[in-house]
Amino acid sequence: MAMAAAPAQRLPWAEWMKDAALAALVTLALAIPIVGLQAIEVNATLTIRPRFGAVAIGVAVVFLGRLALRAALAAGPAWRMPLARLWAPAGRLLASNAATLGIAIIVLAIALPFLPFASRSTVTIATRVLTYVLLGWGLNVVVGLAGLLDLGYVAFYAVGAYSFALFAQWFGLSFWAALPIAGLLAAAFGFVLGFPVLRLRGDYLAIVTLGFGEIIHTVLQNWVPVTKGPAGIGDVPAPTFFGLPFQNRAPPGVTTFHQFFHLDFSPSQRIIFLYYVVLALGLLTNAFTLRLRKLPIGRAWEALREDEIACRALGINPTTTKLSAFTIGAMLAGFAGAFFATQQNFISPESFTFTESATILAIVVLGGMGSQIGVVLAATILVTLPEIARPFAEYRMLLFGAAMVAIMVWRPRGLLAQRAPSLLLRRQPRGGS
Amino acid sequence: MTGAVAPPLLTVEHLTMRFGGLTAVDDLSFAAAARGITAIIGPNGAGKTTVFNCLTGFYRPSVGRLTLHRNAKDYLLEQIDGYRIARDAGVARTFQNIRLFAGMTVLENLIVAQHQKLMRASLYTVGGMLNLPGYRRAEATAIEKARGWLARTGLLDYADGTAASLPYGAQRKLEIARAMCTDPALLCLDEPAAGLNAAESAELNRLLRDIRDEHGIGILLIEHDMSVVMGISDHVVVLDYGRKIAEGPPAAVRSDPAVIKAYLGEEESEELPPDIAADLEAGARP
Amino acid sequence: MAYFVQQLINGLTLGAIYGLIAIGYTMVYGIIGMINFAHGEIYMIGAFVTLITFLVLGIVGVTYVPLALLLVLLSAMGFTAVYGWAVERVAYRPLRRSFRLAPLISAIGMSIVLQNYVQLTQGARVKALQPVVQGGFTLMEQGGFNVQVSYLQIFIMLLTTALMAGFTVVIGATPLGRAQRACEQDMGMAALLGIDVDRTISLTFVMGAALAAVAGVMVVLYYGVIDFFIGFLAGVKAFTAAVLGGIGSLPGAMLGGLLIGLIEAMWSGYFSVEYKDVSVFVILVLVLIFRPTGLLGRPDVEKV
Repeated sequence: MAMAAAPAQRLPWAEWMKDAALAALVTLALAIPIVGLQAIEVNATLTIRPRFGAVAIGVAVVFLGRLALRAALAAGPAWRMPLARLWAPAGRLLASNAATLGIAIIVLAIALPFLPFASRSTVTIATRVLTYVLLGWGLNVVVGLAGLLDLGYVAFYAVGAYSFALFAQWFGLSFWAALPIAGLLAAAFGFVLGFPVLRLRGDYLAIVTLGFGEIIHTVLQNWVPVTKGPAGIGDVPAPTFFGLPFQNRAPPGVTTFHQFFHLDFSPSQRIIFLYYVVLALGLLTNAFTLRLRKLPIGRAWEALREDEIACRALGINPTTTKLSAFTIGAMLAGFAGAFFATQQNFISPESFTFTESATILAIVVLGGMGSQIGVVLAATILVTLPEIARPFAEYRMLLFGAAMVAIMVWRPRGLLAQRAPSLLLRRQPRGGS
Repeated sequence: MTGAVAPPLLTVEHLTMRFGGLTAVDDLSFAAAARGITAIIGPNGAGKTTVFNCLTGFYRPSVGRLTLHRNAKDYLLEQIDGYRIARDAGVARTFQNIRLFAGMTVLENLIVAQHQKLMRASLYTVGGMLNLPGYRRAEATAIEKARGWLARTGLLDYADGTAASLPYGAQRKLEIARAMCTDPALLCLDEPAAGLNAAESAELNRLLRDIRDEHGIGILLIEHDMSVVMGISDHVVVLDYGRKIAEGPPAAVRSDPAVIKAYLGEEESEELPPDIAADLEAGARP
Repeated sequence: MAYFVQQLINGLTLGAIYGLIAIGYTMVYGIIGMINFAHGEIYMIGAFVTLITFLVLGIVGVTYVPLALLLVLLSAMGFTAVYGWAVERVAYRPLRRSFRLAPLISAIGMSIVLQNYVQLTQGARVKALQPVVQGGFTLMEQGGFNVQVSYLQIFIMLLTTALMAGFTVVIGATPLGRAQRACEQDMGMAALLGIDVDRTISLTFVMGAALAAVAGVMVVLYYGVIDFFIGFLAGVKAFTAAVLGGIGSLPGAMLGGLLIGLIEAMWSGYFSVEYKDVSVFVILVLVLIFRPTGLLGRPDVEKV
């Protein structure tokens, strides 16, 4: 029997062309109605604007891309081996040095506002990144560690934000006093919402949590006497530095921050302070979550994600285990919500939609379920990319969605695939990722 | 002989399991002793795994009483909720299609099995968060116990690798070790020898005998591999179409005509084809 | 009483639309055990194709209503079917052997992609169409309140009934239907018996998409107003309908759809319009907690 002929000589062009042609044909059918014929309003009537140029481009791109894909797959061994030789050790290097990398990132984060290139907008963007990192780490407990798909995470985010705003209004609580309350209330919500539904199977749980998210959103929009509806709640108090407010002029008898430290007033002071607040929250959350992973409850979460039936056979109560993950995840979202409210100074139901839940989920999925550093990476990319590439911003959600599909198809465990064990027999584990 | 006899570890009385119109298990009664290995055998589809699922809380029996006698207490398994059977009554099991926590390490698999003790020691996580000495001690003890089982099953070198990376035979052993880490009173093994070669089966036999002798627990075994069944069982129960057709010590069951008929079908003569007779003989050798 | 009857008629019409979408959910769930989260967007695309086809027909000069309706139905069903096929091929087929959350996450990603794709290509603004099918009659009158039944409502209900009947025949009596039921029962065995499982699954998605397209046609005719976001809400409600009726059961999906339509109509008619969506979500939660097999579904026995 002859050995397979050397691939270079006889490429199956005919087959590839047919395959690419089929893909192009499908693209044509898909594109003609939606891309090719745009329903556009001209002089208050709806009419059609043909855009067959765009269709042609799309079809051509798909045709060539499919061809390239087939060629690349066929040439597989030629470039896959060297790539694997680079990627796998890189992944291992990352995993085993995760602690060092983590510390490096933390040092960078702490120094950020004082670095030469840091402007006010840099710090603001970094604050947004950190808010999403907080949310990502919270959802990571639910989705990444325990394997429960929560599509309504934004509900707990909203509870945290609104409870802080309302408590500040009704009882005059400061940010620091209201923060634990916001977390507790969100946790309570998580418990109450989770209790009846956590025994449902994965897909059903996902839809139910989606429903919860929508219910909360609708209530926020319509329960005007309490939530002020779409108008939102403004004048949310800003946090103080141990009682020193960040204002230009303070009411009599109150020393402001800049007065106390003999600085000139600058709005950046408050922005930088907020950045450090969220950074501190982030570091605490990170330490908390890493510790939980090494405790029996964290291991039970991961075991549950791996195989629920085996867990039952070992005497682990799946419902209470899931409930603990859900509640803790909710609490972390509550903290993030309270911070969001104080940073923005204003909240409205618009910030708490399903798109938010989907974005946070995308961060967890892209970063690799269960990976702390992965979440940081994904959040950084997802938040900064639209800022850097302005025209990109419109396509943001489209690309998030496409990235989610792509990751599931190619690297379901996320971009950083290695899981660091929570304990080792032979030597102590070095940090975690 | 003393007067009072302790009740057997497990008593199954009139167990019946119906799924709609199909009766998977029909009026099954038998007993399994502590310090003994009881094998449940029978052709495919005889209802063996269904019996296991009823015993371990995955199915609720249509009829029947399943009594586990442990520490002078009686546990009615047909009434206890799924995970509680493992936690309170002390019934552990392995699965036909191995169910390990594939992404976690071998050691972690064994530590998760000791979840209950560790949770209590961590004061439901609060003590764990504060790293209290009580928790640290409990964790060290758990690791030691895991180490012991790893040594016994020859898996010590694999301890820090993922469970998925283990060779097949090692995975089966890990599942057994994991079940033992829950300190059960009754160990239910669903085809533990499936896919093992002769050497591995012999090792398995040794392991199970050691477990029986050292820990004094009862082992309930579903198996097709006759060398394992005949080699180590103290008691054999034979099922066919959900009904018990024979019960007794292995030697008696092996030559029971009803059992032979169930496995091989109606035979004209009493004589078995020579190769099958040789197989059954081989099963008699330990 | 008259008001009640009016709500009843409105509810049934709405329910027919939900039912058609729900069938897509239930068929896909029956055969591969996953919730096609992107199905709502398929319906939305069906609605957009409908709108665009109407506009094109208007430009081309086809004004004979029955012909226009026929062409629109064919166009919508055809193009949307391709979308359904493509989504399965790209986002679900590669994940058949993956861990259980993977297809669901992929489906969510696909849903986001489709929504934004339409938003970017067609614009975020609401699109309104001139009413195509007009007129109706008064069914009864009571206390000054006229109970109106429009020809459109009758058309919707008749078309839905015809499709349901046709569908039941297809599932029950044709080789495709048998192949589908075989795959639902035991995919491995079906494959061993020579059934092309991939093709059967693809056809399931295609059929579901076609029905969702019909729902899209109806929505354009009935409400006259669409935007890229209608898929999300309708999708969740139709899924609720499928669960209520019993996931995996075709008559259940239709029954569930009708019930959800009625509940929504009654709720907004008698209680509050703002919270009508909440009422449906609450139904979903209650059904899943207390009767997850739904009204006509079969209990799921866990294989260990």
